[in-house]
Amino acid sequence: MRISPEEVAKVARLARLDLTPEKIDQYAGQLDGILGYMDKLSELDTSAVEPMYTPVDHVSVMRDDVARKDYSREDILRNAPETDGSFFIVPRIV
Amino acid sequence: MPDLTQLTLAQVRQHLADKSLSAAEVTEAALARITATEPKIQALLSVQAEEARAQAKALDQGGPDANKPLWGVPLIVKDVLATRGTPTTCGSKILENFRPVYDATAVARLRDAGAIILAKANMDEFAMGSTTENSAYFATKNPWDTSRVPGGSSGGSGAAVAACQAYGALGTDTGGSIRLPASFCGIVGLKPSYGRVSRFGMVAYGSSLDQIGPMTRSVEDAARILQVIAGHDERDSTSVTAPVPDYVAALGSSGDLKGLTIGLPEEYWDKGLSPEVAGACTAAIKQAEALGARTVPVRLKLSEYAIATYYIIAVAEASSNLARFDGVRYGYRDNDAQSLIEMYVKSRTKGFGEEVQRRIILGTYVLSSGYYDAYYRKAAQVRRLIRQDFEAALTQCDVIMGPVCPTTAFKVGEMSADPLQMYLMDIFTISTNLAGLPGMSLPVGLGRDSGMPVGLQLTGRAFDEARLLQVAGVLEKNVPATGFSKL
Repeated sequence: MRISPEEVAKVARLARLDLTPEKIDQYAGQLDGILGYMDKLSELDTSAVEPMYTPVDHVSVMRDDVARKDYSREDILRNAPETDGSFFIVPRIV
Repeated sequence: MPDLTQLTLAQVRQHLADKSLSAAEVTEAALARITATEPKIQALLSVQAEEARAQAKALDQGGPDANKPLWGVPLIVKDVLATRGTPTTCGSKILENFRPVYDATAVARLRDAGAIILAKANMDEFAMGSTTENSAYFATKNPWDTSRVPGGSSGGSGAAVAACQAYGALGTDTGGSIRLPASFCGIVGLKPSYGRVSRFGMVAYGSSLDQIGPMTRSVEDAARILQVIAGHDERDSTSVTAPVPDYVAALGSSGDLKGLTIGLPEEYWDKGLSPEVAGACTAAIKQAEALGARTVPVRLKLSEYAIATYYIIAVAEASSNLARFDGVRYGYRDNDAQSLIEMYVKSRTKGFGEEVQRRIILGTYVLSSGYYDAYYRKAAQVRRLIRQDFEAALTQCDVIMGPVCPTTAFKVGEMSADPLQMYLMDIFTISTNLAGLPGMSLPVGLGRDSGMPVGLQLTGRAFDEARLLQVAGVLEKNVPATGFSKL
């Protein structure tokens, strides 16, 4: 097994997902198959190859740090699940 | 005049310009066609009928504007693109009630060009899928045969355009999501080079792979939409500043393909093709040769590694991108949670569908400490080799041609059980995204066994969309006409 049910459960927690024991077993089996297929890449010697993370090799784009107001507070809060009209409200943290 | 919904974008544009049709007439006809066809294909997640009518009326009052290249033309947009004030669900329950406060740049450019956005098209949840069965709302059906899938993930856009619900649509393509549904639905689909079209306002899946592009019923129509949406945008730093050529002019008047060299990768033609796909694509290549093109064999030796490379990179980027759905600023929130962490977990677990969760977990795994080098970094290295493979092949030819998919559209439900089997359907399309090159699907006739459309894929050099359009434009007039579905 490349990935155990315990590892699936751990990764799910990292990703903030809560899986049932049945789902964990199901995903472990499927992910094991997928990762087995991906191990194909180890056939290739890439020791001298620079990783390519994006097709556009551009330098960082700089712009002046100018304050802009594109949206009103009302707009920004429009899709909030919970708001008091000024802020996003979340369950108590401390 | 034939049924006006069957006109091409280029034709309807002409009628609108010379006032033989009004924007209101064209819009009403499209809305009527939507009403007639939606019960059978379910291509759309929402229809903005009243907004469209109001916009058409306002346009008609001002009269045709020659400076607006899509004046009065009804279009449809995949629901992964933000549209101001109207639902943008991404095919997911987690965004069920989301109404963006801004337009995606590509959408804003369509509106500025005078286009009327009629509706938002169905899609696989977060663009993860190849059949549009993976929408959290309903599965879209193929207009040619409603027992078959339209392809995905832009299957709603593909089915809508094939069913003449609008004169074109925007799709997005991370690993083939424009080209596959275009192929399955018998229309033209163009994935531009990475960086050609701004991704601002597109809900991100794989940020280094995603591109927005046109899905249309003719090559000229694709050129006309690309013309409007292409170009640098300061809100997407990966959009390039290279000038946008005149794509319609590039179509040219030449009726032949003299001087063109077509590369045929043996990896794409040798094995695994269904006989009807091989037959229709081979016939199209023979036609290209008859029109003066020369064909040469090329090698894309790393093709067999492309799917593994792609799925590592795509899921890694997806797991990072989808971290933003936390129930705080927008999207679904589980209200029973007592703590902040519990709220994140419950909101995401209830809001995301199964395939999305599978990819988030896989992506988190390949990025996690101890596996990063073995999977993610390794895939990024192979990605460079794949691009070099294409660059070498494209020194020997002007365009690469092969099938879009080994088969025509398959039956609903046939592929949904095994995720790996589904990933393998992307074999011919994903390398283009890894390499950042432009790719296009051109309908080349109906398969002799299934009677379903077959798409030929054209891949070109980076930012050479003009060449793809020119070649496809000539070929389009010389291959068996695909025609319209009987829907």
